[in-house]
Amino acid sequence: MPKITYISHEGKKNTVEVAIGLSVMEGAIQNNIEGIDADCGGSMACATCHVYVPEKWFSKLEKPQDAEQDMIDMAYEPKKNSRLSCQIIVSPELEGIEINTPLKQT
Amino acid sequence: MIKTDAIIIGAGPTGLFAVHQLGIIGLKCEVIDNLDRAGGQCIELYPDKPIYDIPGIPECTGGQLTEGLLKQIKPFKNNFHLGQRVEEIKQENNTWIVKTNSGNLFTAPNIIIAGGVGSFEPRKLSLKEAEKFEGKQILYSITNKDIFKNKKLSIFGGGDSALDWALELSKSNEITLIHRRNEFRGAAHTLSEIKKKEKEGKLIVKTPYNLKSIVGDQSMSEIEIEHEDGKVEKIKTDYILSFFGLIMKLGPIADWGLNINNKTIPVNTESFQTNKEGIFAVGDICTYPGKLKLILSGFHEAALAARACFKRARPNETYRFEFTTASKSIHDRLGLKK
Repeated sequence: MPKITYISHEGKKNTVEVAIGLSVMEGAIQNNIEGIDADCGGSMACATCHVYVPEKWFSKLEKPQDAEQDMIDMAYEPKKNSRLSCQIIVSPELEGIEINTPLKQT
Repeated sequence: MIKTDAIIIGAGPTGLFAVHQLGIIGLKCEVIDNLDRAGGQCIELYPDKPIYDIPGIPECTGGQLTEGLLKQIKPFKNNFHLGQRVEEIKQENNTWIVKTNSGNLFTAPNIIIAGGVGSFEPRKLSLKEAEKFEGKQILYSITNKDIFKNKKLSIFGGGDSALDWALELSKSNEITLIHRRNEFRGAAHTLSEIKKKEKEGKLIVKTPYNLKSIVGDQSMSEIEIEHEDGKVEKIKTDYILSFFGLIMKLGPIADWGLNINNKTIPVNTESFQTNKEGIFAVGDICTYPGKLKLILSGFHEAALAARACFKRARPNETYRFEFTTASKSIHDRLGLKK
């Protein structure tokens, strides 16, 4: 299973294994990673699973849909490398990916 | 004080179907919701998005589903108490007393919490100094636009609310519309109107910019916005209007003495009762092994919770299971003519 490192706003790293096919959001929820709320459960309707993806990884991800961009507009402090973690699906190519969680989700 | 058989907190699809399930077994209920209309997440988050997993309905939008549920519960003539949030729940003998933030009081032997992820609230600006201006010079909703007379307004957001208000207020005010990216999300007609007004100099559009700081100690005089590339601009501003949609907050539910686990309420799967006798939780807000946050699961949960409510509402009667196809008493409750 690919390893994902979630890095909190304070810099605390948490590396967990997440099964291929799950989303980065689900990986966080199942492993009790703080900093990702996912209120709507992954329907791209709440922007509370907002994360920042370091440039090196950001470019490897599939481009976000318009609907995801629209939701990111609502997120807490969105940046250029913002994504909704419910829309990032774990694949073998993402082995070792780092995900930065924001200061807060709302 | 309104007396009923069950108080339903939350008018989303699960809460609405709970009205139906209570209704066909002959129980009355009152429905309370913080939003000013029924439908919950369906109407607030995805009114126009299609849903494909409602049994028997191959495709419908959140809006259509809400409409259908409201039609389905019409025969039961329940009351809705919208635009108010339940603040307090307390127990008196064997009944519950519920108080809303509008001061309304309800009493019933049963409460069904169908509160989704909590109540919707406007998403606030992330800037620290924003707090002291909130409700004064920073507004998340507009109730009286007369206060803006001769004022300079900075509107933040990229969706319909931001665009619609920018257009409306540009008739009478100096408006700067600020958004974090170049693309706006709005009806095509609205977007072309914005472009037109911008060309005519009746509206200033600043993208891709974010709010950087607010200038002013007691009162705001100016704001600083920052371009994606780091360039900072100052804009004279009397009011910030911020439209970043709604968020869901568990709110007062957390204070009612219920067991809460990760913002959800553990229930048993026989009756969907919580740790408090007579308080049930259904839909997204409840949790149990295997829980799926699906509307269809909420319907099942509401059906079982309603039957459990019967025992407390009619302790001296025996509940008899009946089918809607065959039961004369259900047909009477539905107001069907013979």
